Amino acid sequence: MSERLDVRKTYKLLIDGAFARSESGRTYEVLDAHGAFVANVARASRKDVRDAVRAARTAQPRWWAASAYNRGQVLYRWAEMVESRASELADQVATAEGLDAPHARASVGRAVDRLVWYAGWTDKVTQVLGGANPVAGPFFNFSLPVPSGVVAVLAPRDSSLEGFVDAVAAPLCVGNAVVALASETRPLPAVLLGEMSATADLPGGVVNVLTGSIDELGPVLASHEDVDGLDLVGAPEAAGDLAALAAATITRVLFPRGDGDAALRRLRAFVETTTVWHTVGQ
Amino acid sequence: MSSRPLANSELGWLAYDPAPESASLARLAPSYGLFIDGAFTDPGAHEQTATLNPATEATLATVAHATAADVDRAVRAARHAYDTVWSATSGAERAKYLYRIARLIQERARELAVVETLDNGKPIRESRDVDVPLAAAHFFYYAGWADKLEHAGFGPDPRPLGVAGQIIPWNFPLLMAAWKLAPALAAGNTCVLKPAETTPLSALILAEILQQAELPPGVVNIVTGDGTTGAALVDHPGVDKIAFTGSTEVGRVIQARVAGRGTHLTLELGGKGANIVFDDAPIDEMIEGIIDGIFFNQGHVCCAGSRLLVQETVADEVLRRLRRRVEQLRVGDPLDKNTDVGAINSRTQLDRIEELVAAGENEGATRYSSSCALPERGYWFAPTVFTDVSQSHRIAREEIFGPVLSVLTFRTPEEAVAKANNTTYGLACGVWSEKGSRTLWVAQRLRAGVIWANTYNRFDPTSPFGGVRESGFGREGGRPGLAAYLDV
Repeated sequence: MSERLDVRKTYKLLIDGAFARSESGRTYEVLDAHGAFVANVARASRKDVRDAVRAARTAQPRWWAASAYNRGQVLYRWAEMVESRASELADQVATAEGLDAPHARASVGRAVDRLVWYAGWTDKVTQVLGGANPVAGPFFNFSLPVPSGVVAVLAPRDSSLEGFVDAVAAPLCVGNAVVALASETRPLPAVLLGEMSATADLPGGVVNVLTGSIDELGPVLASHEDVDGLDLVGAPEAAGDLAALAAATITRVLFPRGDGDAALRRLRAFVETTTVWHTVGQ
Repeated sequence: MSSRPLANSELGWLAYDPAPESASLARLAPSYGLFIDGAFTDPGAHEQTATLNPATEATLATVAHATAADVDRAVRAARHAYDTVWSATSGAERAKYLYRIARLIQERARELAVVETLDNGKPIRESRDVDVPLAAAHFFYYAGWADKLEHAGFGPDPRPLGVAGQIIPWNFPLLMAAWKLAPALAAGNTCVLKPAETTPLSALILAEILQQAELPPGVVNIVTGDGTTGAALVDHPGVDKIAFTGSTEVGRVIQARVAGRGTHLTLELGGKGANIVFDDAPIDEMIEGIIDGIFFNQGHVCCAGSRLLVQETVADEVLRRLRRRVEQLRVGDPLDKNTDVGAINSRTQLDRIEELVAAGENEGATRYSSSCALPERGYWFAPTVFTDVSQSHRIAREEIFGPVLSVLTFRTPEEAVAKANNTTYGLACGVWSEKGSRTLWVAQRLRAGVIWANTYNRFDPTSPFGGVRESGFGREGGRPGLAAYLDV
């Protein structure tokens, strides 16, 4: 009696709502925490970055134009999708991070709770970061937080799931579109999250997930003219060089910091304050 | 009625007698040292640079050129003051210092206005009614925040950053100093301020005011100089925060230089603001708004409405009235209380304006300039309007920073928004329409940090100011202005 041979999955990039191999045809080997082979994962190229940024740029206005309520529901739906596939995700987190099953499962639970937390922010952030300004003169004046636009996320290297969720959901919930480069050595939980986003009614292009070499793609994302914000959480050593590239187009840069309130800093990092003055009169 | 605009010479019955403010109110010293650790250094100890009155090219005073060693002394003084005095000063006490400074600015308002106009070339009407009162208002506003930081929405105990290096431009010298210093001090930082090379004087008067306010030595240090002085400040490892207002070109360099050093950064950079006029706009107010948008402060305004986008159906009427109004602008002696448009701040800036205007003509746009007589001495440029401008022209893309308006037309709101956003900048825009729903529809789609609806170039300490995209990041004014100086 022979055991059934399992059907393995090809892990692909998520670009513009579609799952694609790298246009370059390249892959690289992903190993588990003990060094054993897990999968050949797409190694994205400069052209894949270009396509992902273009998709994000195109998708962002529509995502921002959706009501905050709707964006909250979509993010909540993403949390539902993750919860329903928690065991699959937990297996990948265990493999990637070398956790035992209960710890991996707990990590997935925290990631889901985190998504729910961000889902709730979508229709609060305007009130928390914006407001009316009592200017001297016959004007009605108010300030609103608006998204920076396209945010490139170099996802955390170690925290393959929870770290990824924080870095991606924060810019998303305030209306940005995201191009995320998953942890180079632990990419599979992020790839799975991307798959789950596709069944969560996230419009194509709003979240793009790339896998590949951070040394190769980090500079491409940092210097890309159509990238408005850059989260360097996954590139602490290269942060200075990447930030210097980002300076060419005044890209907003979030530097890695080792403290606890990074989530709120992330929410603020990729929003702009737009202030509208309107005359008051009869 | 003739469609030809009225020339100044035809306005005989509207002629005004000269009404000059007295230059002697400025009480300037012949030369100034640096303001470090609460005292002025000996002017003789520094290389001195003349600062000119751009309206006459006469030397007003000489100021010290701060070297890297001077900047180092200033940063050390600021650090020492931060460690020993300012971080131990309660918010309520910091507030009272700021209130004192606000009051002292009000007390010396007339003197400051004259100094500003002499050094910058802007009309005394503007320095008297805008720059100086707003500078006082900024200190007054942020004074009140100093003991309320825990209520500002940044957590229970937001901390200052430390030593702030602040580099300001020449277009609103005193006001920009106030925008930088007031929130920084309220949040508990100490400062090293670098005024612009061509307009250092009002900051030095402000230094006297800080002495009169008995602000502890070293809490604010003011180092005059040129770009090398600014670079020394940017590169100084003892600076925790750089706040820069100036060109996008320099902003890029600064952002790259501080990258990865852990230095906090805010940038308020250039702009190419679109002033969008719909056919239902209130025309009298709108014409004044266009004029204010581009000729306020000789157009030396980063948020200037330098691109007029006018709906085709009213373009002829708007242009006819605009020319007529431009012809009526009084260009000349900045100290004259009736002057509308003063002197260009420097020879360098005048060269830049002339170069871009020549490019506009070469690229095929149609130039109209006021027929006003310009003084023989000093730096002057007649108010100018370009029509037949296309989006690819340099005068539609590059910041001119002068009294030069580029006019483009549009048919639909979608087209207006697309043209307005067709720039790498994103500082400010104007929208003129009586239809509120359309105004807000446009405002939602403009990529800009400030949007003025049926008004233009309004500023207030409670109202956040700053850009998106390549116009910079960070805000000055309001609650967001505090975040620029807190570790949040």
